[in-house]
Amino acid sequence: MKITVADVEHVARLARLELNLGEKELFAGQMDAILGYVEKLNGVNTEGIVPTSHAVPMENAFREDITKSSIGLEKALANAPDRSGSFFAVPKVIE
Amino acid sequence: MKYQPVIGLEVHVQLLTDTKIFCGCSTKFGAEPNSQTCPVCLGLPGALPVLNKKVVEFAIKAGLSTNCSITPRSIFARKNYFYPDLPKGYQISQFEDPICQWGWLDIKVEGEEPKRIGITRIHMEEDAGKLVHGELSGPGDGSGVDLNRACTPLLEVVSEPDLRSSDEAVVYLKQLHQIVTWLGICDGNMEEGSFRCDANVSVMPVGSDKLGTRAEIKNVNSFKFVKQAIEYEIERQIDLIEDGGTVVQETRLFDPNSGKTRSMRSKEEAHDYRYFPDPDLVPLVISNEWIERSRQELPELPEQRQQRFMADMGLPLCDAEVLIASRSLADYFEAGVTAGGNAKAVGNWVMGEITRALNDSGTSIETCPVSPEQLAELLKLIDNGTISGKIAKTVFDEMWRSGKAPHLIVEEQGLLQVSDSGAIEGIIDEIMAANAGQVEEYRGGKEKVFGFFVGQVMKASKGKANPTVVNELLLNKLKG
Repeated sequence: MKITVADVEHVARLARLELNLGEKELFAGQMDAILGYVEKLNGVNTEGIVPTSHAVPMENAFREDITKSSIGLEKALANAPDRSGSFFAVPKVIE
Repeated sequence: MKYQPVIGLEVHVQLLTDTKIFCGCSTKFGAEPNSQTCPVCLGLPGALPVLNKKVVEFAIKAGLSTNCSITPRSIFARKNYFYPDLPKGYQISQFEDPICQWGWLDIKVEGEEPKRIGITRIHMEEDAGKLVHGELSGPGDGSGVDLNRACTPLLEVVSEPDLRSSDEAVVYLKQLHQIVTWLGICDGNMEEGSFRCDANVSVMPVGSDKLGTRAEIKNVNSFKFVKQAIEYEIERQIDLIEDGGTVVQETRLFDPNSGKTRSMRSKEEAHDYRYFPDPDLVPLVISNEWIERSRQELPELPEQRQQRFMADMGLPLCDAEVLIASRSLADYFEAGVTAGGNAKAVGNWVMGEITRALNDSGTSIETCPVSPEQLAELLKLIDNGTISGKIAKTVFDEMWRSGKAPHLIVEEQGLLQVSDSGAIEGIIDEIMAANAGQVEEYRGGKEKVFGFFVGQVMKASKGKANPTVVNELLLNKLKG
């Protein structure tokens, strides 16, 4: 597997990251090294082994359907860069 | 060339829990924007989601009621994309191993053979927040984000592309709607978005086995619009192909005002959601015991109840179908029968007078002022000859108004049926004397006049005369 600058650009666009050419080349090399390391698994016989979805051996953590008080409007909006009345204000989004 | 439409539906069912899927915030509709939020549903760093057990129970019930297999071990995944109504930058959903798979519903379009529609999967996920435009109090013309709805529990029910017409799609959708409201896991309110549908539509030449490119239509929030949107989209795609064009895979928005669909350019960017297992949520393991317990708790489903109404109570199919329109209506009907009413008669009254009165007054069967027991009592008064069927309607109107028991109303207003032949004969004599011309006509062979006499006698007795006795006596007297 060879990670190209084009791959980095694709992932960067999905993550809304703006990278310059130097960064793209740097990250392409680093990502390639990481994936190359993981790729070693392809050389191992994994027949009959269920893919690992979680690293901790735990299951079924539930809560009951009981209402807890919310943190309140002011706290909810406290970190918002911009607000308008009770709303978070964002640039116009229209379909 | 003839074309065959191919349709698959994705239905989002909002679950009737008190709290959100991953936090204890209330799901109540209509609260002040952003007042029902906490670090989890706001997507603040470090907050940990914990699964609402009721959501799992509801999902299992939905799965069992749609013939799905329940997945013994299912996991949650992050679906990554950016949108202002999605605070975390990902939606928690299920991708691989959804909770329910491989189900089906049998549908029947009127005048066609029954047909089985496959259900690919049902998965649990959180809803996004709500965007509002043009109703902000502050200056500027931006949009506002309300995160009260963020993290509200949804089931997404995905059908196989087995539907072949807009009619099939609507029947399937109505059936699914009936099941989730019947189970009490969704309020079914399509206008408020509690039950919403996206339709995947494509067309292919008749006889072909190669599916055409599909368009996904969003924002169809009524059964009528689903039909309209699908029909418009089928026509659009056929026209496009006939004109030498090609259908592109895209998301389209249905506009109820024009009845048309239009492309949503903002969603055109390649769908690359980079799903991966959510490390914050541990796997969900559902034992056979849990599934069996859920199965025991399932109510009798509409289909089964319809069968029982027909087999045990002798109702015709057309009545049984109407009476299972909702669980409350079916419960009402059944309570009336249990209270001693004749099934056919109770059914007729529920479908007739009761439904009419409910519609006129804008109430629902749950708050019907006449109880099923009172209805059964009214029907008994008809059966044992205390009142006539015509007077029963008057009594019913009074029961509706005052909530009084039918026998009290009959006593108070003197509405007892008159079966005494002496009294009825007296009325008949008067009417025959006053309408000598018609008597001659009848005796001259014009038997249609008989109806006129019945009407006059009933009118004179203010509807209280026993119609059977009236008929019998009239016949004798008119023959002379």
